[in-house]
Amino acid sequence: MIRVSHRWTKVWYRNYISFLKFFYVNLVGNLGDPVLYLVAMGFGLGAFLGRIEGMSYVQFLAPGIIVSSAMFAAVYECTFESFLKMIHLRTYDAIIVTPVNIEDVVAGDVVWGATKAMLSGLMMFIVVAAFGLVHSWWSLLIPVLIFLVGFHYASFAMLITAMAPNFDYFSYFLELVITPIFFFAGIFFPLSQSPGWLRALSGTFPLTHAVELSRALVMGTVPERPVTNIMFLVIPSIGLFYWAVWRMKKRMIK
Amino acid sequence: MLPVTAKNLMKKYKDTIAVNGIDFAVQEKECFGFIGPNGAGKTTTMKMIYCFVPRTSGELLVLGKDPGLHPEMVKADLGVVPQDNNLDEDLNVFTNLTMYANYFNISHAIARVKAKELLAFVQLTEKEKVKITELSSGMKRRLMIARGLINDPKLLILDEPTVGLDPQARHLIWDRLRELKSQNVSMIITTHYMDEATELCDRVAVMDKGKIMVVGKPKDLIKDQIGEEVVEVLLLDTTADKLKKDTAGFSITLEETSQKCYLYCQDCRPLLSHLADKGYKHILRRPATLEDVFLKLTGRDLVD
Repeated sequence: MIRVSHRWTKVWYRNYISFLKFFYVNLVGNLGDPVLYLVAMGFGLGAFLGRIEGMSYVQFLAPGIIVSSAMFAAVYECTFESFLKMIHLRTYDAIIVTPVNIEDVVAGDVVWGATKAMLSGLMMFIVVAAFGLVHSWWSLLIPVLIFLVGFHYASFAMLITAMAPNFDYFSYFLELVITPIFFFAGIFFPLSQSPGWLRALSGTFPLTHAVELSRALVMGTVPERPVTNIMFLVIPSIGLFYWAVWRMKKRMIK
Repeated sequence: MLPVTAKNLMKKYKDTIAVNGIDFAVQEKECFGFIGPNGAGKTTTMKMIYCFVPRTSGELLVLGKDPGLHPEMVKADLGVVPQDNNLDEDLNVFTNLTMYANYFNISHAIARVKAKELLAFVQLTEKEKVKITELSSGMKRRLMIARGLINDPKLLILDEPTVGLDPQARHLIWDRLRELKSQNVSMIITTHYMDEATELCDRVAVMDKGKIMVVGKPKDLIKDQIGEEVVEVLLLDTTADKLKKDTAGFSITLEETSQKCYLYCQDCRPLLSHLADKGYKHILRRPATLEDVFLKLTGRDLVD
């Protein structure tokens, strides 16, 4: 039986306190890659490209980089960091002999992953805004969007962690699942001109839906399919979250 | 209400039976010990008590509650010191304790006071701000015990509390545990050190292959299983067969290994003078210990 209690907040708080100690290291780690993509691809490559969907390339790219940085932060937190805590530091073992149960530990780590995703996405949003690429007050909804992205990919990553025999397993997950999602979520090029099968596949990635929403919020335009977008961001998350909790409980409590 | 009662408690894994139907009851204010070779089922029994491992069958009540049904309620009143240190390496010594208190929903103000008290209790006050990785293994173990006490547990569970420690550190931990005993904290410990079990435990259960062989006070077990004294005869210039023949008239139990014979007896003086008359030289007479009981019951063969 799966019972998540309010005690997940204890685990979230533990991660928060531990995070504060390495705040600056974390900051650089989170911002480095996305800023690089924005500058190298957006301004560098973008200089050779014409306008895409009526906007400059860097403008097209930026909203997608905001949500993908959130995805990567969540995935990193709930794979490598959670695995380290589970196997090597035995932090999970220590916590689950207190009134905090394993379900609470998993929930706390997933919400923490989503929190890190929010931080990462928000910092990226500030960078994007500093480049003058934010054009609408609707973008105030970006934190909600990146939390949803974070929660989804944190749950997904936690499920992988619950099944992972070792760290190498995460390389496969990153290379075979996360990186393709990153490249084919409509961040770098519009999917409208892609073959039908690719568009169909891409449409199953919650990140694709987040990119569409992010672009609409930043530009102040009306998204084409907002209900579909939100459904793809919310429904699979709930399933993945409970699956991850169940799988981790099965792994830890034998 | 008894701290722990178990009836026909069993734990099966896929192809092994770790605990094979054991019965025991831990009395209030008692220090109860589990001893036994590796793989005997001690740690699994402990883990079932502290809600880490669900039982396969049988009855188990911890502090009057079923750990399978109300794990968080049971765990709220337990102090657990597992075999492997699992201190939080992201936090310093002091924060390890206050963070742990938070898992028990103890307010921060109370946690700080409690943490200070406990650090003083395990003599780590001056290490308050130190990183976990900078502590010696003895200090880590003491901090583990302090952490296990943060919620004023009704039952303290210690899985090999002094494994791998130097004698000074062991004696310090024994002192602390004895002090806790005098404060009427019920305790369950496992240990491989028979002197530790004799020193700390009111009663011990000897486990082997998932079963409890005997339960009793260390002194009674020694008396019942072995007797008062042990005479060890080194087999340097004699053989076990010759010794058996020479001691045939005495009411003793004889156990032989490749190097030594152990003779268990109530009063060994007549036997000793007899052996001296027969010309045996390499003889040691000593009081019987729990180690003798342990080896007699669980065998001298190496368990792998």
